[in-house]
Amino acid sequence: MNINLTLFAQLISFAVFVWFTMKYIWPPMIKALDERKAHIADGLAAAERGVHEKELAQQAALEKLHEAKQQSAEIVSRAEKRAAEIVDEAKGQARVEGERLLIAARAEIDQEANKAREVLRTKVAELAVMGAEKILRKEINAEAHKDIVDSLAKQI
Amino acid sequence: MASGDTITSSEYIQHHLTNLTFGRLPDGSWGIAHSAAEAKEMGFWALHLDSLLWSAGLAVLFSYFFYKAAKNATAGVPGNLQNFVEMMVDFVDDSVKGSFSGRNPLIAPLALTVFCWVFLMNLMDLVPVDLIPRIAAEIGIGHMKIVPTTDPNITFGLALGVFALIIYYSIKIKGVGGFIHELTGMPFQTSNAALKPIFFVINLFLEGVNLIAKPISLSLRLFGNLYAGEMIFILIALMYGSGIAMGLFGGALQFVWAVFHVLVITLQAFIFMTLTIVYLDMAHNEH
Repeated sequence: MNINLTLFAQLISFAVFVWFTMKYIWPPMIKALDERKAHIADGLAAAERGVHEKELAQQAALEKLHEAKQQSAEIVSRAEKRAAEIVDEAKGQARVEGERLLIAARAEIDQEANKAREVLRTKVAELAVMGAEKILRKEINAEAHKDIVDSLAKQI
Repeated sequence: MASGDTITSSEYIQHHLTNLTFGRLPDGSWGIAHSAAEAKEMGFWALHLDSLLWSAGLAVLFSYFFYKAAKNATAGVPGNLQNFVEMMVDFVDDSVKGSFSGRNPLIAPLALTVFCWVFLMNLMDLVPVDLIPRIAAEIGIGHMKIVPTTDPNITFGLALGVFALIIYYSIKIKGVGGFIHELTGMPFQTSNAALKPIFFVINLFLEGVNLIAKPISLSLRLFGNLYAGEMIFILIALMYGSGIAMGLFGGALQFVWAVFHVLVITLQAFIFMTLTIVYLDMAHNEH
């Protein structure tokens, strides 16, 4: 157990290695560790934020969905109302048109009947005149008695 | 066992406890001592080459790997080496944060160096006691002590370094007056002018012992533990020369002691580091 110069040699090498560690080993290691710590903290914070944002988005989506449902229900009910209106309108129109057609048809029928009655009247008159002619062939001149035939026909 | 075929147990032990000493030989020239007696003759102006080279070698090993890790350190996914180094750095950083209240960029790297270095030097104790001395003997080196911490010079060297830092920071933080006051103004205090010189002396003595005890206890604890451990390994190794039964028994003992020693090695390194931190913390704090 000799105490000798080794002691001081060791002291010097101790100082050198502590200096080396302090200068070249410790700072980069601590820097890397701190950076990683910051990194992890950031990551965790981001994850938390993400979860929060997801919740918000879900809520927003639910709201939107609800709104859309409401809107669509509104649209459907409006459309139904409109359809009923259209049907009613169409019904009214059809009724009016039908009546119009009926009136027109009646008028036409009346007209035709009048026309037919006129024709018939003429024919009957002619027939009467022809009958009378046949009976009175010799005495009655068609031309001379035209006035009488016409007035007769008018009276029929 | 390099010095002859028939050696006694005490010669064997003596041989294992002798450093490879470089110094002034009896004939006046400088060289390596050939025996324990010759090494002792050299006095103070001698160097234990084995202790110094092994300790420096281990420190270079430590520095190399840690430097490699530090140079390539990334905040991303760490590799195996970086992972290990980070674990050590984190462990030391935690210890420093737990025991050291001030802010000093020197303390943590100092603690890391102390822990790793002392641990590596202690670890050499687990190498079979005859392995490396035998190899050294084959290449012509007579003495080889491979566990630097069993050399008091090494432990005192470390403790002196710590002691110097204690003094330096005590004076830097508290000033020369504050440091002197700390050494002389406590633990006994008085307002009586007549008693002051007496208390001054008593306090100086008590605090002086307290101060000196720090490096002494630091180094002697480490040295004592490792020296005793090494001694037991050497004694166990003696059994190998006494027949197969004793050899086997010795082998079992060596295994058990080595397993136990793993604890001692780590614990001593840890204690050395923790006490270094605590002493320096005390140097930073006003009482």
